[in-house]
Amino acid sequence: MSGMTLSPRHDDAWLVIPLFNEATVIERVVRDAREVFPHVVCVDDASQDGSAELAEAAGAVVVRHPFNLGQGAALQTGMRYALEATDAAYLVTFDADGQHQVQDAEAMVCRAKEEDLAVVFGSRFLDDRTRPGWVKKIVLKAAVWLTNQQTGMRLTDAHNGLRVIRRDAASALDLRQNRMAHATEIVLQLGRTGLPWAEHPVHVLYTDYSRRKGQSLINSVNILVDTLLK
Amino acid sequence: MLDQPLIKIVLLVAIVVITLMLNRSTAGSRHQAVRRLLLVGFVLLAAAAVLFPRLLTQVAQALGVGRGADLLLYGLTVFFLGYVASSYRRMRQVEQQVTTLARELALRQAVHDRREHGDGPAG
Ligand SMILES: Nc1nc2c(ncn2[C@@H]2O[C@H](COP(=O)(O)OP(=O)(O)OP(=O)(O)O)[C@@H](O)[C@H]2O)c(=O)[nH]1
Ligand SMILES: [Mg+2]
Repeated sequence: MSGMTLSPRHDDAWLVIPLFNEATVIERVVRDAREVFPHVVCVDDASQDGSAELAEAAGAVVVRHPFNLGQGAALQTGMRYALEATDAAYLVTFDADGQHQVQDAEAMVCRAKEEDLAVVFGSRFLDDRTRPGWVKKIVLKAAVWLTNQQTGMRLTDAHNGLRVIRRDAASALDLRQNRMAHATEIVLQLGRTGLPWAEHPVHVLYTDYSRRKGQSLINSVNILVDTLLK
Repeated sequence: MLDQPLIKIVLLVAIVVITLMLNRSTAGSRHQAVRRLLLVGFVLLAAAAVLFPRLLTQVAQALGVGRGADLLLYGLTVFFLGYVASSYRRMRQVEQQVTTLARELALRQAVHDRREHGDGPAG
């Protein structure tokens, strides 16, 4: 990953961040990200802890859903914003909870440009930096298997929120899964475009904060049902 | 498996059809019409069952179920499952509409705010 520091700011990419009750970390996450990606849009889903104002203070554009619609709906809204209100060439979906590394996102954008890829999926299972804990790992692996069955793609990670999507590929997206089951849908719809894609190793940080806030084991039942019933 | 074969087939087919309904793409007015016809049919059947209890028992026996009351219970179960399936689909539809509406509002507001505060569309 050397030689990428020549142009530290990526003006042609927009970070799309689904945001829900992350007041503790969101300001920091947006500020750190803006060192590299000056353009950030956060889609706030009726957070009740002032997350939206904090994101705004850190320099992000904030689109506010009037009530909670879910992460998938927020991603679709954020991508619509980037496509219609800006001339972004690349969209980067990024989590608000501080689990993703800005350097990973940067490397993925560079790779998309260098290799002329329309989509770069982040994968936490291409190397062994990410330590999700074994229960989570089993659930995630099961999700990967199911996603591959449903989409005919061969991914190593499925529910990873870090992705780089070029404008043409993003325009083809129409996510109808409002909650967490959009992860399979996004892979399916991107795969159907037939545009070139790749996976890129990323480090997903599991801190006490992210573990407390993240997806509970029981909610994977909901994700599974949503995924199967469409 | 060998006793009451006919009713088992009927009920299983009904359950499969309901499951398929869950996955089918939306079909607006036709779907609604079918639902209403089914409801009318159901009402007529219920009335017939009340008026001619013997008839119910006869139908039940023809289908291989012992008593009319059992047939009623089976029918009700299937009807209820169908109701659950169709209201699930309705709910998904309404949810989709609400989402579209909320998204449109949110986007308009965001674009408007940016114009007001003068930093124009960047990117
Ligand atoms: N807009 C919006 N964002 C959400 C919602 N739920 C979660 N998010 C955001 O989505 C991102 C990821 O959410 P998590 O709950 O951590 O899900 P995850 O990272 O897939 O799961 P973990 O591996 O358990 O952390 C974070 O940026 C959250 O703020 C929601 O209902 N609406
Ligand atoms: Mg998380």
